[in-house]
Amino acid sequence: MEHFTPVSAAIGGALIGISAVLLWIANGRIAGISGIVGGLWKPRSDDITWRVAFIAGLIAAPLVYGWAMGSLPRISVSMPPLIVIAGGLLVGFGTRLGGGCTSGHGVCGLARLSPRSVAATALFMATAIVTSFLLRHVIGM
Amino acid sequence: MMPAVLAALVSGLLFGLGLTVSQMINPAKVIGFLDVFGDWDPSLAFVMAAAIPVTAAGYAVARRCRSPLCASAFSPPTQANIDRRLTVGAVLFGVGWGLVGYCPGPALAGLGLGNPATVLFVFSMLVGMGGHTALPSLLSRRIKHA
Repeated sequence: MEHFTPVSAAIGGALIGISAVLLWIANGRIAGISGIVGGLWKPRSDDITWRVAFIAGLIAAPLVYGWAMGSLPRISVSMPPLIVIAGGLLVGFGTRLGGGCTSGHGVCGLARLSPRSVAATALFMATAIVTSFLLRHVIGM
Repeated sequence: MMPAVLAALVSGLLFGLGLTVSQMINPAKVIGFLDVFGDWDPSLAFVMAAAIPVTAAGYAVARRCRSPLCASAFSPPTQANIDRRLTVGAVLFGVGWGLVGYCPGPALAGLGLGNPATVLFVFSMLVGMGGHTALPSLLSRRIKHA
């Protein structure tokens, strides 16, 4: 894996920004993934289709990219299943309790200069860095 | 109805392409970004550095619109205060993100790539989200008294 990739990262970030702007200007919605998905747990009937459509696009995108480029994007999850389950539970519960994730707080909220999102982003970045440090350099996984 | 659904589909596609192009879809890349004390890869800071100003500019333009193009009204976030729910939730999320390198967007976007760990993560995440939806009264009581 090429280590430092600032250009492709910035292009990807710009695409995410365009996506967020489109969803706001067209649908009046914040592009917060945990909110879009989590909202399906207690949906209103007029509120389901756009969420499902967004998620369908999200899942299709890497496949479309892979089709255009000739090979699927490579991903690697290095943790054992129990850690994956624990991580998934924490991410699911935590993002709903905290009202957002990397996209809703970290991109859309910071773009709106929301104090809640600034606080949330600082907290989840810090705890993610500390967790990663403990796991990789103290426990040695 | 139809234009709104189409806009959401295109928005989801653009979002997923952004995650793919930036490699944020790859948990190993995310771990490299979070591992500031190891062999740090700062690339993903550029994702936020690019996404935030683009979003802010678009939101500024949208302030001239009284309503969205395909919906009756804007649905801005309603909560304003930094409460216990926000801080506890962000901390729990951060721990989960640091454990696996997956946040909700990249995990969902990776579902079609044939990695069983991604499917396991998304399933657990949906259970976690459902757990939060199922226990609101219990939680608010606990956290108020905490």
